[in-house]
Amino acid sequence: MHYIDCPWCGLRDESEFSYGGPADLIRPTLADDVSDQEWADYLFTRDNPCGEHHERWVHTFGCGQWLRLVRDTLSHKILRVDVLRKKQNIFPNITDERGI
Amino acid sequence: MSKYSIFSLVKGAADGHMKWPLMWRAPDLKPKYDVVIIGGGGHGLATAYYLAKVYGIRNVAVIEKGWIGGGNTGRNTTIVRSNYYYPESAAIYDFSLRLYEGLSQDLNFNIMLSQRGELTLAQSPEAVEIQQRQVNAMRLNNIDAEYITVAQLAQLEPLLNLSPNSRFPVLGGTLQRRGGTVRHDAVAWGYARAADRLGVDIIQNCEVTGFKRNSLGAIEGVETTKGTVLTSKVGMAVAGHSSVLAARAGFRLPVSSFALQAMVTEPVKPTVNTVVSSLMTGVYISQSDKGELVIGGMLDRFPSYGQRGSFATTEAVLAGILEMFPCFSRLRIMRQWAGIVDYTHDSSPIIGPSPVPGLYLNCGWGGGGFKAIPAGGYCLAHILATGVSHAFAEPFSLDRFRTGALIDEAAAAGIEH
Ligand SMILES: Cc1cc2nc3c(=O)[nH]c(=O)nc-3n(C[C@H](O)[C@H](O)[C@H](O)COP(=O)(O)OP(=O)(O)OC[C@H]3O[C@@H](n4cnc5c(N)ncnc54)[C@H](O)[C@@H]3O)c2cc1C
Ligand SMILES: [Zn+2]
Repeated sequence: MHYIDCPWCGLRDESEFSYGGPADLIRPTLADDVSDQEWADYLFTRDNPCGEHHERWVHTFGCGQWLRLVRDTLSHKILRVDVLRKKQNIFPNITDERGI
Repeated sequence: MSKYSIFSLVKGAADGHMKWPLMWRAPDLKPKYDVVIIGGGGHGLATAYYLAKVYGIRNVAVIEKGWIGGGNTGRNTTIVRSNYYYPESAAIYDFSLRLYEGLSQDLNFNIMLSQRGELTLAQSPEAVEIQQRQVNAMRLNNIDAEYITVAQLAQLEPLLNLSPNSRFPVLGGTLQRRGGTVRHDAVAWGYARAADRLGVDIIQNCEVTGFKRNSLGAIEGVETTKGTVLTSKVGMAVAGHSSVLAARAGFRLPVSSFALQAMVTEPVKPTVNTVVSSLMTGVYISQSDKGELVIGGMLDRFPSYGQRGSFATTEAVLAGILEMFPCFSRLRIMRQWAGIVDYTHDSSPIIGPSPVPGLYLNCGWGGGGFKAIPAGGYCLAHILATGVSHAFAEPFSLDRFRTGALIDEAAAAGIEH
């Protein structure tokens, strides 16, 4: 059982949050030269470590904000909670006119 | 090692049950084997047995870091069935169920197969339509699936909540009569004993810590806590720890590890006749021969290697059970535990070559690989012995994630067993 220290709401029960996947997946460019293997790696291949893991969570039944956690998958200790900022662009290869 | 029979039983009784021979030896690790299997769960032990029995390869070691069957094979809810949607799945899971049907005789060990029927409730008009569609697909694949009515359900499971006023009213269900349960420890022990009799070395309390590779990158041996073992062929069947072992061999897998929990109540008189599953709440229940109600449900929805399980999930699972059987509300839970299961994105297994020459995979069974132990072991033995995939295993290659030929049982089956 985790208690997650949401930067906006304080210490809250795990059941208020949803896990949203590993934190640092980078989507390949949409250019034609992306191989099937690169796509497969992005979509499916995972580090899946036993130990420290960087991951995204969302405070579903709270503020609704996305967070970035460093969590130990064996001990379930939460080592760090950060706000997921806009600057941390998870699609660095895609820019739209708003520059996001 | 003696064969079990009525005579050995009488002799055992005459000796006051104090002189039964050990079921398998405790040999020292030899410096070299033809094949090394990593993981002494059901899949690893079955692989060794079929390698020795079907393919005549007997110079084999099964290396287990703890005790055999101490992983998911000894932690699961023991349900077996073959009512899967896609033809590829139906073929391999029914092959497995057929092997289970003959396994007590084959292994000379009572695995206590109980084909009491596996029932899945339909609890919305959409579920009724989809389940009827699935039954038709399964029947085309020669699986004994049936759609059943509420009146039939009332006969099969008198205690089931069939009130039209319940939160998720039951409108019908599907039944596989050949489905049921198998005693899980017996599967591990039966395969271990039979493999040992054919000459396989079962090495317990020995962890594989690394791989030896030659200049071409191919497997030359494995490093263990009991020393280095030479071999050119390794089969890996370590379930939730597949990514950890893969990392030691220098590659990654399309697998994520999650905790899946189960629990049992105090024993009661016979009350649940079949295995009853609810897709709506994602939980299921059956009764063990000792009388305990065996309860399983959904995953803890975040990656985990901690074999515990969150209380939030325990609570949600039990709420789902009480929706089906309100009269169980005052039973006490005796034990709760979890195993680490390895999920792929399509909830189908991976059986076949890895990126490392000489290293073959059997993983990705998630919360549903107990029923698949005979077939998974058979297919891994086949590729280790012959170098080519068994026809049943071919669709389940690692390469399907690149080609896109996924077998999406996640969407089709939707329950964790
Ligand atoms: C709670 C729960 C309920 C389930 N219910 C069902 C069900 O009803 N029906 C069904 O079909 N399936 C069910 N499953 C899934 C099923 O248990 C598994 O898919 C199956 O047991 C996997 O068998 P295995 O032999 O691959 O893995 P395991 O039995 O986990 O064996 C793997 C072994 O590898 C060993 N190992 C790991 N790393 C190393 C290393 N480095 N060196 C040496 N050894 C190592 C481990 O110690 C372990 O013993 C359930 C699982 C759980 C957890
Ligand atoms: Zn919050």
